[in-house]
Amino acid sequence: MELLKAIVGGMNYWIFIILMMIGLYAMITKNNLVKKLIGMSIFQTSILLFFISLAVKEGATIPILHHDQAHAKQGDHGEGGKHSDPSHKGKEAASAIEEGKEKPSVSHAGSSKIDPDRFTNPLPHVLMLTAIVVGVSTLGVALSITQKLYTEFGTIEENEILDQLKSGDD
Amino acid sequence: MEAQGPEGEIVSQLWIFDLILLIFLVLTAVISLKVRDLLSAAMIFGVYSFLICLLWTGMAAVDVAFTEAAVGAGVSAVFLISTVLRTSRRSSD
Repeated sequence: MELLKAIVGGMNYWIFIILMMIGLYAMITKNNLVKKLIGMSIFQTSILLFFISLAVKEGATIPILHHDQAHAKQGDHGEGGKHSDPSHKGKEAASAIEEGKEKPSVSHAGSSKIDPDRFTNPLPHVLMLTAIVVGVSTLGVALSITQKLYTEFGTIEENEILDQLKSGDD
Repeated sequence: MEAQGPEGEIVSQLWIFDLILLIFLVLTAVISLKVRDLLSAAMIFGVYSFLICLLWTGMAAVDVAFTEAAVGAGVSAVFLISTVLRTSRRSSD
């Protein structure tokens, strides 16, 4: 069971390596330009899988604060250590959270603090959002170049385009 | 190190779902590269993007998941299909 847990725990990384090699193989050996681009997208997605897997914690939830957590934080900061009475002052919760982040030493009660171990790490998520947008823009530019090549050469096979280029040189 | 309570049960059972998704992920990647019809390849690539979107929802990355659903499974598939329809549909490999 321990061995199974070790394999399953690194499962995402095995699949990351497999998908990366599939994408690299397709980019190198496929002759069709659209197939090459699908391989490039699979390669990019495998990189995303690696970085999102780094952010996962056991037993953690999505990195969004619930309403009652924000109230607990606000009551703790506002009363200076008196962390009961979460039933009032709902309208200034967001600004109180920001103030509490700026001076965390004021709130010293451990029970009402927000535990970062209960949330996944949101930093790789934000970085990979950028990577997704960059990936789709590279795919769009490459597909438009493929369409231009088709109007120029009448084919999207790489070897036929290279043959036409060679015969044009002679 | 075992998670306790009903949430812990959900966490400890979730890896089966993840394993099934990862197996289907590799299968769709291989099939979309093996099939000779490029329109089929584009549609199976859309399935691949949707599967990885489900995987990211399971890994608690919901922002990445809905961006992937909109951009990966939506816009990328539309780009691929429009390119295939404007060029040739058959592939030699």
